[in-house]
Amino acid sequence: MSRWIEKNLKWVFPAPAVIFIVVMMAFPILYTAWISLTEWSMSATEPPKFVGLQNYINLLGKDHRFWMSVWRTFYFTGLALAGETLLGLVLAVMLNRDFPGKNLLKTLFLLPMVATPVAIGMVWLLMFEPTIGYLNHVLKVLHLPQSLWLASEGSALPSLVLVDVWQWTPMMALIILAGLVSMPSDPFEAAEVDGASAWQTFWHVTLPMLRPTIGMAVILRSIDALKTFDIIYSMTQGGPNYSTETLNLYGYNLGFGYFYMGSASSLLMVFFAIVMGVVIFMNWARKGALS
Amino acid sequence: MKGIRRSLAVGLTLVMAASLVLTGCAGRTEEKPTTTTPAASDPAKKPFEGVEIRFLASQHPWTETLKKDIAQFEAQTGMKVNMEVLAENNLTQKLTVELTAGTGTVDVFMQRPLQEAKQFEKNGWYADLNAFVKDSKKTPAEWDVNDFHKGPMQVETVNGKLVGIPLITEQEILYYRKDLFAEKNIKVPTTMAELEAAAKALHDPNKDFYGIVMRGQGNPAVTQFSSFLYSMGGDFIKDGKFAMDSPEALKALKIYGNLLGKYGPPGVLNMQWQQASALFAQGKAGMWVDANSLYLNVTAPDKSTIGDKVGFAMFPAGDKGVAPYSVTSWGISIAKSSKKQDAAWEFVKWASSKEMVLKTQSAGNPSARSSAWNNADGTKSWPKEWVEVAKKSGEVGKPADRPLVINVGKARDLVGEMITAAITDKDLENVVKDRNVKLNELLAEENK
Repeated sequence: MSRWIEKNLKWVFPAPAVIFIVVMMAFPILYTAWISLTEWSMSATEPPKFVGLQNYINLLGKDHRFWMSVWRTFYFTGLALAGETLLGLVLAVMLNRDFPGKNLLKTLFLLPMVATPVAIGMVWLLMFEPTIGYLNHVLKVLHLPQSLWLASEGSALPSLVLVDVWQWTPMMALIILAGLVSMPSDPFEAAEVDGASAWQTFWHVTLPMLRPTIGMAVILRSIDALKTFDIIYSMTQGGPNYSTETLNLYGYNLGFGYFYMGSASSLLMVFFAIVMGVVIFMNWARKGALS
Repeated sequence: MKGIRRSLAVGLTLVMAASLVLTGCAGRTEEKPTTTTPAASDPAKKPFEGVEIRFLASQHPWTETLKKDIAQFEAQTGMKVNMEVLAENNLTQKLTVELTAGTGTVDVFMQRPLQEAKQFEKNGWYADLNAFVKDSKKTPAEWDVNDFHKGPMQVETVNGKLVGIPLITEQEILYYRKDLFAEKNIKVPTTMAELEAAAKALHDPNKDFYGIVMRGQGNPAVTQFSSFLYSMGGDFIKDGKFAMDSPEALKALKIYGNLLGKYGPPGVLNMQWQQASALFAQGKAGMWVDANSLYLNVTAPDKSTIGDKVGFAMFPAGDKGVAPYSVTSWGISIAKSSKKQDAAWEFVKWASSKEMVLKTQSAGNPSARSSAWNNADGTKSWPKEWVEVAKKSGEVGKPADRPLVINVGKARDLVGEMITAAITDKDLENVVKDRNVKLNELLAEENK
């Protein structure tokens, strides 16, 4: 036995990981793909009924709510990502200098990231409350126009983006900061010798060198942002009037609100393809930028 | 190389198969029925010694009351009750997942018969309780099935099968601020016109005070809108078809939307009962219309700043008189996949016994048992006015507060879209027409 293991060492060691991935990831995906071709209300007495591609045809062809949720998913992700990258870059550059209390500040930065999303949702829900909430109170004291925040179709999704930016900017900042710290110092010295201004140095030296780091951070964050579920579910459940219903929320509603397991699965398969597409595109864009 | 590959394939398959078999077996041995037959030969031994059942419950004042007595039940029967308490949406989701798996992990659970009974029954998740209720060996005569109100028992019966025992009933009522009504000399509204007049008189948005608050989030608002619909002479479904485009329904929608749109708080579109009751309890609204079973949320001193100033009144009359809903909001059921159904029934029987129902009812949970309502103890801890309103509402009430289709979730969303359009006053007629067609499509699909 031990000789056999010795002989097949390179197969034996990764085996647990391979098995884990097959059982926990490949199987659910294949199962979802199968369910997406059926009509099933999760019944124990009626087995799933095979309907071919009908769920996909309905979803892609006729379902207005689906296309709206696709649009909202991208809107949410795009807006959140832009805010997080920009603010994260600014924060990282600021944190890259030496000042007293820097490490303490870095630790404090992590707090929104480690907090439980549902708890974050509940707290922000109270702050957003138009009548008794804190945000409108502050706006009132400052004599600024108040907002309905989550309670109006127009402002609900941007309000959720605000929460996402608050929660995830620190992560972007930390990744970018790591990139800044690991930079060699000679290009900066060369720029200084050539008499470049601070802005020129940042634009022509720092930023190009940071590109791979930012690119990686953006990919990681965009996958996560596309999938956002918990804060939206805990704050609006997709409302008011579906104005915050992203793909994930709609999938949840189809599955657990309406018991349309087939449609929900087909939506998830489409969603899966979208996330894959985004990742492939971003990777390609990143590589293109590098070469 | 080939050899390696082959042995790899064999090895992987073996390991995988082994792990599957092992986990499968482990699961199965756990589920093995742990002697569910009462040990009749030895009277000293407790009938369900060593049996463990799992009870998935909803977060509700009823659950809190029951919990205190479970230890006593365990001592009597020797059973162990593992209770898990979840918020209602999470409960549905958890039930859905576990009952679909069908591995018998859930024995007893709470359910909302109007929302879920048809779907759950269609999915084959309920054990038929008639098998227990009608068996005199399992259910003694003093449990008395005839003591339960007829309406709730009907709601818990799907295709002749008794799917649950009704636990909690509720009616829609009007909560109002006694102090402000006296101060401004406003009469407690008894008609829709008076309701609007009162809301108008109380409304003072410059001081952050609003005439009336109700649920404004589409789907959750449907149940509270139903009483408006009935009182105006409408119904969700008439003669086997959705009738939300009838003049009566349209009128009811306009009344509901107008009240919230003109005299409601900002942000009402994102309000379920939790937000609405909180606003009323914070002294920011003059009236609140919702289920009477939620009254502790606005009267209990730890939850409300205006607890002693809350008045209770009948739901106001519409064109066709007073017709609030009077429904069974929660029942208790046994899972068909449970392998310990006898023990589960023992627990359900105890939780819905005359004695326990009297106890939970006197703690503030209106029940479906006549004996509890006829017993003075059953209502003595409640506000007198509240009891009176509940009794009168029960007499005239309608037995449903939502469209009774299989896919209640979807139907509620569609009616909810009409309510949203009514509140925002956007294109109401067209939305109603369009959604009513969709509702009828849903109905046709279900009757196929």
